[in-house]
Amino acid sequence: MATLTYLQAIGRGLWEEMERDPAVVMLGEDIGVYGGAFKVTDGFLPHFGRQRVIDTPISETAIIGAAVGMSYLGLRPVAELQFIDFIACCFNQITNFVAKSHYRWGAPVPMVIRGPAGGGVHGGPFHSANPEMYFVHTPGLKVVYPSTAYDAKGLIKAAVRDNNPVLFFEHKFLYRRIKEELPEDDYIVPLGKAAVRREGRDLTLVSYAAMAHTCLEAAEKLEKEDGISCEVVDLRTLLPLDRETLLASLKKTNKMLVVHEDTRTGGIAGEIAAIVMEDAFDDLDGPVLRVTSLDTPVPFSPPLEEFFLPNVEKVAKAARDLARY
Amino acid sequence: MPLSKPQHLELYYWMQLNRKLEDALTILFRQNKVVGGLYSSLGQEAISVGSAYALEKRDWMAPMIRNHGALLVKGFKPRDIAMQYMARKGSPTGGKEGTSHFGDLSDRHVVSPISMLGDLIPVMTGVGLAARYLGRDEVAMTWIGDGGSSTGAFHEGLNFAAVQRAPLVLILENNLWAYSTPTYLQAGLKDFADRAKAYGIPGVTIDGNDVLAVYEATRAAVERARRGDGPTLIETKSFRRKGHAQHDPANYVPDWMRKEWEAKDPILRFEKYLTDKKLWTEKEKNEILARIDRELKDELAAAEASPLPQPEEAALGVYCEGGCHEIRATWKRSPDEVKPPRHEVADWFVEHKPALLPTASVNGARSAKREKEPVAVAGNPGHGKKKPARKKK
Repeated sequence: MATLTYLQAIGRGLWEEMERDPAVVMLGEDIGVYGGAFKVTDGFLPHFGRQRVIDTPISETAIIGAAVGMSYLGLRPVAELQFIDFIACCFNQITNFVAKSHYRWGAPVPMVIRGPAGGGVHGGPFHSANPEMYFVHTPGLKVVYPSTAYDAKGLIKAAVRDNNPVLFFEHKFLYRRIKEELPEDDYIVPLGKAAVRREGRDLTLVSYAAMAHTCLEAAEKLEKEDGISCEVVDLRTLLPLDRETLLASLKKTNKMLVVHEDTRTGGIAGEIAAIVMEDAFDDLDGPVLRVTSLDTPVPFSPPLEEFFLPNVEKVAKAARDLARY
Repeated sequence: MPLSKPQHLELYYWMQLNRKLEDALTILFRQNKVVGGLYSSLGQEAISVGSAYALEKRDWMAPMIRNHGALLVKGFKPRDIAMQYMARKGSPTGGKEGTSHFGDLSDRHVVSPISMLGDLIPVMTGVGLAARYLGRDEVAMTWIGDGGSSTGAFHEGLNFAAVQRAPLVLILENNLWAYSTPTYLQAGLKDFADRAKAYGIPGVTIDGNDVLAVYEATRAAVERARRGDGPTLIETKSFRRKGHAQHDPANYVPDWMRKEWEAKDPILRFEKYLTDKKLWTEKEKNEILARIDRELKDELAAAEASPLPQPEEAALGVYCEGGCHEIRATWKRSPDEVKPPRHEVADWFVEHKPALLPTASVNGARSAKREKEPVAVAGNPGHGKKKPARKKK
């Protein structure tokens, strides 16, 4: 057992996969000598060599494009985007080339695109984004966004082994703030499976990534202060979405509040609300509510960003309203 | 090595097959049997055929929309192309895609294009890098137009290929028109091969209507790439004799320009060459033409016999699951033998400053003991022991 941070867990997962399978290669900006902007790939270059750890020019389209080409010969490339905000620079390669490849002409693209996402670290409009929904809306991709070190390691390993393109969002607020003891064995966390983080009776809080922790804190507070018993579901994978776990929890609590750090309009809360309406309307004892970031770019200054983001107070307030409904 | 007489006749066969297939497709288009657009390479057949003919069977290519000739040379049948255009179930994509948007990873080593221009250049760079890593001694080739060379993907891809010295050959088909846009509105260059200067790679300009010149220039670039000397940009000058697609009468093209290029027809020109050099007889020529007519008749009949796909098939195949594909990298030799371009900074650090190299991030701060260990094993604890330390020279 070793105690690893969320960031180290990702690094360890990648390391193990590269040790296990010589077809796993990685490419990205500053991932080699420097070890990555956040040091996820620290130490990889001297160990695995320049053929497997490729420092690239500042060319996101070339990074993703080259990774696709590599995957066509059976390699399993892991492409790092230095900040996930820059995924916009290779949006075309991902949504048109990568995502449609298998459907259009039967060419699988077993690759992982990973990078630091999310706010709360005063990164401003270009280093804090949560662009997951562009890709959740793109058939052919899988989208993963872990909240714990255990999951981060197990999910990155599952992503590398998957035969489909997987977008692996890493929440940079969690990188060094959470750590846990991880087993030494070669475990994976399957894609497409949500986790029930806390059992409860009165309502279900649904979230993922950093906001899963916010929900757990809120649940604690609500239990203590209001006697409201919250179940907390951590989605872990956004595409494919684990509808079974969501609906099973709703069946139990009959009320659902979705919390996400992504902006409000077009966020996954809307999709979840629609699924509940279609498949479990009779189980509802109240409206599906949502607590999200504002529909603005991510502002820079700390008070602005705090106002922009969901927090425990905002979640608790919405949960109280829903519990009373 | 100069081409043999039978090879000359093969080139002629492919160019004529390319043209006659497109003539047949035009008739199908007028009969409303083609779904969507039809793209012509009339007058550019020498580029598709001459360049693809320079590849070995194991080499990789990714065609553009007009490279029907290259697809034929690389082993696809006229029926494959016809069924793509007619959206039939029997097409290589089962009707999921049209036009030249198809490929074959396992046998013919052809990567499908997408409509967004330039994207294939980084993709084929990756194909070349993977082939090198796997020790497969295979070259990747793709095409781009004068217009497509204005995209960011063109620059990012060719630049990355150059830095990595990837085994890539890029044919820039300068046909003077990108839809209705003339070349002087794409770039301030007389020769688009000059774009290569920006990447420190060779750029050559050749007559794209001379199939032998195209073949020879491509062959040299393929050999160069195979030797490990990196990418080459080949500009083939030609002219798009039809519109962007079948619907486009291209009345923005001046008559004098069209006339000038019709006189330079690549097939007529090669016919004259074969006759002048006494490489064929009238009888041999007629045999080739009769063979093409015969083959096309059968091929198009087979294509027309294919039904349209079942509607429900639309819902299938988004993901690779349930064992639909086995994904496996095929190694041709030990990866240790295959060397990427020098990375002087990394080499210098490994050699001289092992202690400054980042050690493994896992478990946090590096210990004094770790710093003394050879850098080659510096990594995540628990794994350093698996491989022996790299010996210092």
